[in-house]
Amino acid sequence: MRSNGKKAICFYFQVHQPFRLKRYRFFDLGHDHYYYDDFSNESIMRKVAAKCYLPANKIILDLIEKHKGKFKVTFSITGIAINQFRLYAPEVLESFRNLAETGMVEFLAETNSHSLASLKSRSEFEHQVNLHKEMVKKYLGVEPTSFRNTELIYSDEIGSWVADMGYKAMLTEGAKHILGWKSPNFLYCNAMNPRLKVLLRNFVLSDDIAFRFSNKEWIAWPLTADKYAGWINKLAPSSELLNIFLDYETFGEHNWKESGIFDFLAHMPGAILKKTPFKFMTASEVADKLQPVSAMNIQNPISWADEERDITAWLGNELQAAALEKLYSLSRKVNRCDDDHLKKDWEYLQSSDHFYYMATKFFSDGAVHAYFNPYESPYDAFMNYMNVLSDFEIRLRRCFPDTAEQDQIFKLGTQVIEKDMVIEKQSEEIEKLKRKVSRIKPAVKPAVKKLTKASELIIEWNRSEKKAAEKSSATVKKRSGKTTSGKVIEEPVRKTKEKVPSKKISSTKKITAAKKTGTKAKVTRQKKSK
Amino acid sequence: MRVLMFGWEFPPHISGGLGTASYGLTKGMATFGDLEVIFVVPKAWGDEDQSIVKLIGANQVPVAYKKVHYQGFKRPIEKIEIESKIVPYTDPEDFWRMTRSEVSGYKLMVHTNNSGMVDFSGRYDRNLMDEIYKYSVVASVIASENDFDIIHAHDWLAYPAGIAAMEASGKPLIIHVHATDFDRSGGNVNPDVYHIEKRGMDAASKIITVSNLTREIVINRYNIHPDKVETVYNAVEPVSFSGESIRLKGFDEKVVTFLGRITMQKGPEYFIEAANKVLKVMDNVRFVMAGSGDMMERMMRRAAALRITDRFHFTGFLKGHDVFTMLEMSDVYIMPSVSEPFGISPLEAMQSHVPVIISKQSGVSEILTHAVKTDFWDIDAMADAIYGILNYPDLARMIIKNGKEEVIRLKWDNSARHVRDIYYRVIENK
Repeated sequence: MRSNGKKAICFYFQVHQPFRLKRYRFFDLGHDHYYYDDFSNESIMRKVAAKCYLPANKIILDLIEKHKGKFKVTFSITGIAINQFRLYAPEVLESFRNLAETGMVEFLAETNSHSLASLKSRSEFEHQVNLHKEMVKKYLGVEPTSFRNTELIYSDEIGSWVADMGYKAMLTEGAKHILGWKSPNFLYCNAMNPRLKVLLRNFVLSDDIAFRFSNKEWIAWPLTADKYAGWINKLAPSSELLNIFLDYETFGEHNWKESGIFDFLAHMPGAILKKTPFKFMTASEVADKLQPVSAMNIQNPISWADEERDITAWLGNELQAAALEKLYSLSRKVNRCDDDHLKKDWEYLQSSDHFYYMATKFFSDGAVHAYFNPYESPYDAFMNYMNVLSDFEIRLRRCFPDTAEQDQIFKLGTQVIEKDMVIEKQSEEIEKLKRKVSRIKPAVKPAVKKLTKASELIIEWNRSEKKAAEKSSATVKKRSGKTTSGKVIEEPVRKTKEKVPSKKISSTKKITAAKKTGTKAKVTRQKKSK
Repeated sequence: MRVLMFGWEFPPHISGGLGTASYGLTKGMATFGDLEVIFVVPKAWGDEDQSIVKLIGANQVPVAYKKVHYQGFKRPIEKIEIESKIVPYTDPEDFWRMTRSEVSGYKLMVHTNNSGMVDFSGRYDRNLMDEIYKYSVVASVIASENDFDIIHAHDWLAYPAGIAAMEASGKPLIIHVHATDFDRSGGNVNPDVYHIEKRGMDAASKIITVSNLTREIVINRYNIHPDKVETVYNAVEPVSFSGESIRLKGFDEKVVTFLGRITMQKGPEYFIEAANKVLKVMDNVRFVMAGSGDMMERMMRRAAALRITDRFHFTGFLKGHDVFTMLEMSDVYIMPSVSEPFGISPLEAMQSHVPVIISKQSGVSEILTHAVKTDFWDIDAMADAIYGILNYPDLARMIIKNGKEEVIRLKWDNSARHVRDIYYRVIENK
């Protein structure tokens, strides 16, 4: 056993509340662009704030003051949760800011919308992490230096992206199937970029608090701070780092106040400091002070969810795969669009929670899933989400039409403008010629029956006009077949003498109209060349 | 002439085709002065339209302490206190909730579907049979207390009631086959249900089927003499818009709609496959599968696997006004039923100016000319038809115009006149 004397315990709490969607029906498509269930979002936030965030923050603030620098915790608050605090519970945000000011609390970076971007697109992932960094800076006044991904999803590759973005540590699950014989109670590093330290969650100690605390069937019930500290002390000889990662709602919401969870929280740090050699450290501090023992090889993404510790809670069935794929197929377009409302919705629609509701693995972890799920069935959740996503796509397309379509419109537009210029030029010419003709006419008037040069000119003019008209309509048909393919063209075309109806005009009509006015001029040109 | 009619549901408490059909028919009969209908349903709610018929709810008939002369094929009954638990009006939505939460007991099984049948979702509950027999016991009481000339029973749940009434009164029985278990089960016939159906057909003086398709099944599968079976086609009530403004669709894409129970009989999987084919060649179209049923979840997973869920929507079960809205939004209505005894819903779509594509395996295809007909399994033809109607407006216009004219001619009065003829013939022959 290495014994450089430094033993750390890292408490990290996750704070997140999604923007739940309202019942959005197929009929609402294209009509209703507001997707959120304000009532449940607000009431849940108010409830959780009163039962958990505010009392727990108060206790932690007291603990920090009491232990004078010896008690430290780490938080991660999603951008969505921050926005909900701003909307529904500003006093919670204020109390987190107070915690930040003590200097004993670290705030982690993560994806702004608690999204699954890390599984789909690196650029979207990085974009979201940067967004979140700004949010944390703006509303909590600190700059995050360590990172946690949504639901502690982690793989070597994701870790390397995070390292490239300059973070020093990343948190993930100490999943049995990736650890094998190894212990989670040491510091590890990323396999692709060893500069990134990896903190592994001790799921036994964590779940003791999160899931078993109020379970009266549990052999260790009731769990007291001293008992817990005793367990930790037993681990001391063979451990350097204990990572206790919890949903913050564990305090007061998942375990009610009546279960004694707040008393546990209030006494646990004192007991640990007194009875064990462990020191409280934040995630970044751990990364700075401890030495990693080895690299962690994790090819397939893991997470802290369910028994499997994998990503099947969000990406385990066809529905989830289809929805996620559809969602991120829109990302390129969203990024090029600068509508603030769309961007907000885009953020909120990415929450992993929407995909969690679609999980069909009801058998092993159904209880936990059902607890968080506002829908009656995963199919219900899917229907609703896809309807919302379809409406979102409709709006996106309105704000930003398909590139292919737009290119086509642009091409046709320039074509029409070119034609217009030709028409203008040629009609001028026609005018000129007409004037010429009329000047000649009075001179030949007395000798009507004799074919003059001028009348010959007129006759031939008429004849070739017909021919040209036929020809032009034929070419137009050909071209329109290639370019329009029945698409709706909405580009208003200026300068044409024909008024272009805004919808569904076939380019054939338009161009023939343009040509018809142009034929006369063309004829004269043909003539000239003869 | 007085007709004692046994049905399963009556407006406004209807869940599908059977209720619509038996109501339309009785309404048509009311136009003839010489017909008087006593309509019996298992449960009367009290708010039914009784202007045209006398409605009796089996749940309202006091049977307690009465001696019942009914030697049913189950057990002789001396005296029984009836408390009818048949609740045929459970809507499909409720039904799914119940099956999922595994509610025990009969209520589970007495869900009636669009054609008014009970779904046997693989779980056969003895209690439903009890309800059917209870209904038949009440029927014999009603038969002995009322005066009538002929008995008319709609579909298998009411056959035992019809037989009981026949045995109690000695009046001739006509049974009306809206569907057989061969349609509902796709060939996997439940022997108990078959037994009840066969018994009803044997006991009846005349059998009315809703299409020749069904007539063939009755003749071939139930061994009934062809002379005894006669087809009377269903019709459709003229639509009456309730005056509420109908919401227009909020997007540019065309809409192709499947509206009905999402179950094997209706062929939803063929719709999905056809939709997938259409989406490969055009993208300004959305597909809607409206309804619920035992195959909905499988269909959603299939659509998700095909990666078309951004264009393929599920609405869940639609009620009342939403059905009109859905039709109003539609550019094509499709009914790819694997086996459809009749199928009134395409007629309703045609009334709402929606071109329809129907499977050749539907009764309604026997009487429609201005509809596109394909085999239910022929997804290529289906995709082709969808594409054609959406992309050739002249074709759609023609189908809509002629279809509307065609459907106007399908009146319940005509069906009722036909049934009335049958009544007279049966009574004369007796």
